Amino acid sequence: MTFSPELEARFAKFLAKYPEDRKRSATIPMLIYAQDEIGSVTPELVAEVAKRVGSTPLQVEEVVGFYSMLHKGKGMGKYHVQVCTNISCLLRGGAELYEQASQKLHLGHKQVSADGFVSLEEVECMGACSWAPAVQINYDFYHDVTPEQLDKLLSGLMAGKKPEEIAEVKKVSC
Amino acid sequence: MYNQPSPLEVPVLTRRFRLPNSHKIDTYLANEGYQAFEKAIGMSQDDIINEVKASGLRGRGGAGFPTGMKWSFVPRQSPKPKYIIVNGDESEPGTCKDRLLMEFDPHQLIEGILIAGLAVGAHQGYIYIRGEFRYLIEHMDRAIDEAYARGYLGDNILGRGIKFHLATHSGAGAYECGEESALLESFEGKRGNPRIRPPFPAVAGAYSCPTVLNNVETYCAVPSIILKGAAYFAGLGSPKNGGTRLFCLSGHVNKPGVYELPMGFNLMRLINEVGGGVRGGKKLKAVIPGGSSCPVLKADECDLNLDFDTVAAAKSMLGSGGVVVMDEDTCMVKAALRIMRFYAHESCGWCIPCREGTTWLRKVLQRFHDGQGVKSDIVLIGDLSRNMLGRTFCPLGDAAAMPTIAFVEKFRDEFEAHLDGKPCPYEKKLVAA
Repeated sequence: MTFSPELEARFAKFLAKYPEDRKRSATIPMLIYAQDEIGSVTPELVAEVAKRVGSTPLQVEEVVGFYSMLHKGKGMGKYHVQVCTNISCLLRGGAELYEQASQKLHLGHKQVSADGFVSLEEVECMGACSWAPAVQINYDFYHDVTPEQLDKLLSGLMAGKKPEEIAEVKKVSC
Repeated sequence: MYNQPSPLEVPVLTRRFRLPNSHKIDTYLANEGYQAFEKAIGMSQDDIINEVKASGLRGRGGAGFPTGMKWSFVPRQSPKPKYIIVNGDESEPGTCKDRLLMEFDPHQLIEGILIAGLAVGAHQGYIYIRGEFRYLIEHMDRAIDEAYARGYLGDNILGRGIKFHLATHSGAGAYECGEESALLESFEGKRGNPRIRPPFPAVAGAYSCPTVLNNVETYCAVPSIILKGAAYFAGLGSPKNGGTRLFCLSGHVNKPGVYELPMGFNLMRLINEVGGGVRGGKKLKAVIPGGSSCPVLKADECDLNLDFDTVAAAKSMLGSGGVVVMDEDTCMVKAALRIMRFYAHESCGWCIPCREGTTWLRKVLQRFHDGQGVKSDIVLIGDLSRNMLGRTFCPLGDAAAMPTIAFVEKFRDEFEAHLDGKPCPYEKKLVAA
């Protein structure tokens, strides 16, 4: 299996982090970064990661099934909209935001648009409780999201725009 | 920072947060940075551990275990390498502080890790960060690179013959991995199932080697303790509860945010004076004092001081510092249901009482909230919860059961108001408003 030079460099860095006989520790970081590049955790990826960390494919497979951010099959959309509805977000309108997104995108939990561009997920606490309700698109956080802001984000995505091109709503920057 | 400061705050761990470029090593060095580490180099291992013990620092992840004591359990002589692991898996609902500590002052965390390494004789550390915090993983990587470039990490730190290496490690979405033994399994590239203990991580942790495993905030407190002394740190808090704490105020308050306050700060003052009171002038109904696994407090129980022992005496827990405020219009059945949906989703399935109990409780609470409950369900909810308590490898089972028992016992009238096909009275009120 071939990856981009950037991902190969990252893999090399991951594998160098752990002691010589403990390369299995790189399994989860490799899977999640590879998924970002190829779209999902495919059987080929499982076999490749197993080979590189010195596990069996079954040992990698059982890991994939455990973690909510690892997706098999076709994976999530290019832009994965995650709306938190856990307690702090619930108290400030998170559940309503999720309903709004579901209706506007015509997507349910973990469903992907026909063109594979957008997907939706109702997620558990993402650690933005004091700035609730919170939304994540891929790895970018949006805090104190209003229904109007969400509408703008979703309209932009539905028109094929990248989130960073939707000028009215800014992600949290670091 | 994401929220305005409060004049009542006592900034210790957050004292550099609002400086320009607070995350850069030059800012850190210009503001007492790495001075505690240099001081610790001149101290014996026992001196460092005793200083941390005397400071009254207790684990900020939720359990409140005395940090110095935890470090003292690491065997001094060991044929195996020792590890320092940082729990940055922050995922307890209501908690959003470790994120800020890594974002606004990453070198404070690195310095705390280095001091822990000196204290137990470890030469390698890893920061386990939840996968959703990708931006922080890359942010911490840049800070670690800076520390290497400036000689604070490497084979011969500051030319003093000290060796310590540090790297980040990404999770991939699992609340369970915030539990220390599950975190270690996950770190080793496996499913995040908990381990049976003993042995504890201090003896057999990462790769079965002696390991110090603490929360991000716990390590971040260490430089201040070493630099300014145990007495200074202990004096900031209440008896047996040293220092300050980053309280994460969320829910129905006017000014939600993360505020650094002394341990033992009064909960009503936090809500009213720091948080600007309940939003919309409504009445306070309930507060979850330390993240979703802590039993809920009724409004009339909230005049209490936020330290581990006082909150425990009120039959709840200070937990991870996530203070969730709920106003008079909040449906307690809905709150209990949402929290149980979370635990049912996150139960790793390793222990049957937790796996089955959380799922059954989710179903019963859902049915109840939908108006399909019967009176015996109230007893059933209590029975299911009590049958999980203390019967699981890790605390997730208890974390699901304890708040549920409290919701039912303290708000039984609200559960009864949902009985026999009645729709949720609060949903109706919200629609009418």
